[in-house]
Amino acid sequence: MGIGIRIENLRKVYDTPPPSAARGGGFSFTAQRSVGPKEKKKKIEVVALDGVSFEIRPGEIFGLLGPNGAGKSTTIGILTTRTRPTSGRAFIGEFDVWKQQVPAKRMIGVVPQRPNLDFALTAREILLFHGAYFCQSARERERRTNELLEKFKLVDRADHMVRGFSGGMMQRLSIARAMMHDPEVLFLDEPSAGLDPQTRLLLWDIIRDYNRAGKTIVLTTHYMDEADALCDRLAIIDHGRIIAEGTPRELKSSIPGGYLLRLRFDRLPDELMTGLRSLPGVTEVHSSDHVAADLYADRGGPLIAGIASAAQEAGVTLCDVHIAEPSLETLFLHHTGRSLRD
Amino acid sequence: MNWKTFYALLSRDGHVARRNLLPMLLQNLLQPLLLTFVFGRVLTTSGMMQTGFKNVLLPGVMAMSMIISGVQAVAMPLIAEFQFTREIEDRLLAPIATAWLGIAKIVTGMVQALVAGLVVIPAAWLMMGSDVSINLGHPLLFAVICLLVALCSSAGGLALGCSVGQTQIGLMFSLIIAPMMMFGCAYYPWSFLTPFPVLKWAVLINPLVYASEGLRGVLAPKVPHIDTLIVLAALVVIDAFFLALGLSKFEKKAVS
Repeated sequence: MGIGIRIENLRKVYDTPPPSAARGGGFSFTAQRSVGPKEKKKKIEVVALDGVSFEIRPGEIFGLLGPNGAGKSTTIGILTTRTRPTSGRAFIGEFDVWKQQVPAKRMIGVVPQRPNLDFALTAREILLFHGAYFCQSARERERRTNELLEKFKLVDRADHMVRGFSGGMMQRLSIARAMMHDPEVLFLDEPSAGLDPQTRLLLWDIIRDYNRAGKTIVLTTHYMDEADALCDRLAIIDHGRIIAEGTPRELKSSIPGGYLLRLRFDRLPDELMTGLRSLPGVTEVHSSDHVAADLYADRGGPLIAGIASAAQEAGVTLCDVHIAEPSLETLFLHHTGRSLRD
Repeated sequence: MNWKTFYALLSRDGHVARRNLLPMLLQNLLQPLLLTFVFGRVLTTSGMMQTGFKNVLLPGVMAMSMIISGVQAVAMPLIAEFQFTREIEDRLLAPIATAWLGIAKIVTGMVQALVAGLVVIPAAWLMMGSDVSINLGHPLLFAVICLLVALCSSAGGLALGCSVGQTQIGLMFSLIIAPMMMFGCAYYPWSFLTPFPVLKWAVLINPLVYASEGLRGVLAPKVPHIDTLIVLAALVVIDAFFLALGLSKFEKKAVS
């Protein structure tokens, strides 16, 4: 039986720069200057998590999806004892991560965003020592190490110092290391960042295999296809808040209409907005400025003719059309008004 | 307490230290060898210094060697491991309370400091030639002082390693280590500072003073030195302070 995870009302405010793994692009943090009357020096406060709660069921693959700086790595940091929450609680199985660190650590394996391998050791030694930290017997350590080196195609370089490894090899070794002690919960922070497509597929297979053995997997990603292909359930996180949660299918079906047409005109008068709303199959039309409109509908291409003629009637030129099929990308856009890559 | 994990953490540090044994010995031995040769051989043979100076110098060089190697053995890898690569992270995730990783670092540093201190004795003997008279009348006292000095250096190294960033290493050597060496009473007994009363009392915050004077008291008791009981008490206080400071800084540094 797998291990579940529960986090309750987690909040994290950094008063020093966030750690590099949690920093991401850094631009979407909400930075506020605190102005307490007694404080002589004004501190920068960075709210990385703002009341996050969710539950991960035993044995599922759970994805945290969001842009850089949304709070994904901070959430993983708190769940893996590496970041102290400002308030709120997190549980791995029955253990409160911040009160019962040692039993919690025993259950988890962590693949960091950036490989943090021990540069003073060879690939084989990294796995052997990791096994030793988790009290595996010498025979067990040897067996697991050989098995994982084989599985992750690292046998040729097993006895080399890892300093000279390529990014992909380091990433593979990080994942092997996290699996070395056969943890019940595996955390992967942006596991496929920087991997070539072939290695990425290998990684997906490995994650699915590990999950089949009843293990719980938590991964963060900003790749929609990865979240879509791999995850049983997802939470979409932005600016330190969960904005949607559910299976990829549920989330996608929550987008009104499903299709998203991003339109640009030379100008956008109200009568055109009304015209667009009255087209068949259109459920919602949003406009954030005076030239662009996002139109949600149950169809894509067949609407173009209607849009073009509505524009013509209003005396407006249609400059650009982009049709997005139902996807998590459009979902993110629907909830935040921003693209994941913005 | 999870002894197996603690032992594994120690074995990892031991393994890395063994792998770097030769460069480590060169790093730790070269400076004391050169110092003992120039001060203990060249200057005494030429008559600029009295022969008795050799007995003043040997315990001082030994103390200096222990302090420097202990600090370096802990602080330097720690500074690197906490930097960009975060190499230490895997060990922080080991199923053991964070402070124990700090303690493992201190134990490894102590072993290196003891090795560095003990190899100075035969090496300096070779360099300085005859007329060195070392008294080992109190082996137990000698062992206790060595252990306290080793703990002082490696716990101090932990505190320093957690306070200094990679870009400040050069500054650490010129602002902390260099004055510590010069005013650590390694080349002269503390009582020789009597003509400089302010300096004489100010250097007492320097742990190296107690290390040099303590070893002098037990290895060359005829040379003037601070009373061994006072040295022991001071070392215990300094050790406790560095231990508490180092571990608390380590725990803070380990978690964001």
